[in-house]
Amino acid sequence: MCLAVPGKIISIEPNGTGKVDYMGTTVVANLSLLPEAKVGDWVIVHAGFAISRLDRQEARRTLRLFKQLEKLNSSD
Amino acid sequence: MTRRETSAELFERFRSNLTIRTLLKAIQREIKPLNRSLRIMEVCGTHTMTLHRSGLKPLLRETGVEMVSGPGCPVCITPDFYHEAIIDLVTSRRNIVVATFGDMTRVPTRKGSLQTTVPAAGSEIKIVYSPEEAQELARNRPDSEVIFFGAGFETTIPAIAFTVRQAASEGLKNFSLLGALWLIPPAIEAILQSGEVTIDGFIYPGHVSAIIGQQAYEFVAEKYGLPGAIAGFEPADILLGLLSVVRQIRQGQPTVANEYRRVVTFNGNQKARQLMAEMFEPFEATWRGLGPIKNSGLRLKKEWQSFEAREKFRLRFEAGRPHPAGCRCGEVLKGLIDPVECPLFARSCHPDHPLGPCMVSYEGACLIEYKYSSGAKRK
Repeated sequence: MCLAVPGKIISIEPNGTGKVDYMGTTVVANLSLLPEAKVGDWVIVHAGFAISRLDRQEARRTLRLFKQLEKLNSSD
Repeated sequence: MTRRETSAELFERFRSNLTIRTLLKAIQREIKPLNRSLRIMEVCGTHTMTLHRSGLKPLLRETGVEMVSGPGCPVCITPDFYHEAIIDLVTSRRNIVVATFGDMTRVPTRKGSLQTTVPAAGSEIKIVYSPEEAQELARNRPDSEVIFFGAGFETTIPAIAFTVRQAASEGLKNFSLLGALWLIPPAIEAILQSGEVTIDGFIYPGHVSAIIGQQAYEFVAEKYGLPGAIAGFEPADILLGLLSVVRQIRQGQPTVANEYRRVVTFNGNQKARQLMAEMFEPFEATWRGLGPIKNSGLRLKKEWQSFEAREKFRLRFEAGRPHPAGCRCGEVLKGLIDPVECPLFARSCHPDHPLGPCMVSYEGACLIEYKYSSGAKRK
């Protein structure tokens, strides 16, 4: 089961784990598969491991695409 | 910006009515010149769930897109004989701890399920949420043998690889793995080669792709000429993926589009891929429904054999015997039938009393259909 919602890293421990915040709920995730992860990053966590960093620029780019499509639709 | 943006705020638009309507209209515009409806397979079980939960499935059907569920549920595609082998062990040997994900315990077999099994004295079955939890059990219980029975795709396999390597470096001798570890691209190829199901394109999994990257599906476009798109798990993500697939069909230019760029890159997670390659080797694994597929499973390499539960406990796998109940999960996994076409569905097989794994797992097409489809469709 994949969890779609990203969590935010709020602290990184010396043992390679980090605390990840999900809108108030904190879980501990192993960050070993994401050596570049830092506090403040949003990450996807699966089976206890952070597997990918969320690129907020790309998320905003997708939202801009939605806006463009809206305009295209209204000009039909 | 005066304050920090939360993920909820950023992602609200991925679920909003306006975005959904906009994308459906855009898909409709692309599909119109084709003058036919399309059949698109969503490979991943979490996508199946989004499609049902958000009510997109009937809306897409009206738009001319029929969604077909694929094999993307690891619990579902793990054959009964894995469960039967571990049930045999835990019922006959003392001081065995089987640690597994929750839905794995409910899969019914000819020998019952791990949930209904009565373990031998001193043995037990524990539900864990991660392979590391199983490893922790092994550290805390040096007098028991802890076996992590884990099913998963590329999303989960790196976590398991890390855990086994960690156990090796700690010299943790009472920990081992019964892995049911499956690879998505060979399964997609097997579905295409069988030619049993007609598909116009694919929505590729989101988080499997976070590990293996966009590059992993290029053969589908190049060798089979079929379009596809990687999509995230919000309703708008899936529609964005479908818009790309329909556009590729209309333009006659099949490719692998990445519509989940906020999470997925071209090459995926290199560190995770390296770790998988270091610990595991591919072999011809047998999938429920799909049968044996070349290089579609992973097993521990020779140098890690002391962590291989199959070797360590000489587990016997008895393949080939059909499930007695007449469950058609295998055909559901191949996209050949809808869950409602199974004569057991919602009659003798339901979430409280599943007769097959597709009704057990939260990613199983039957459970999802049961939970979210209208009562009128249930027989």
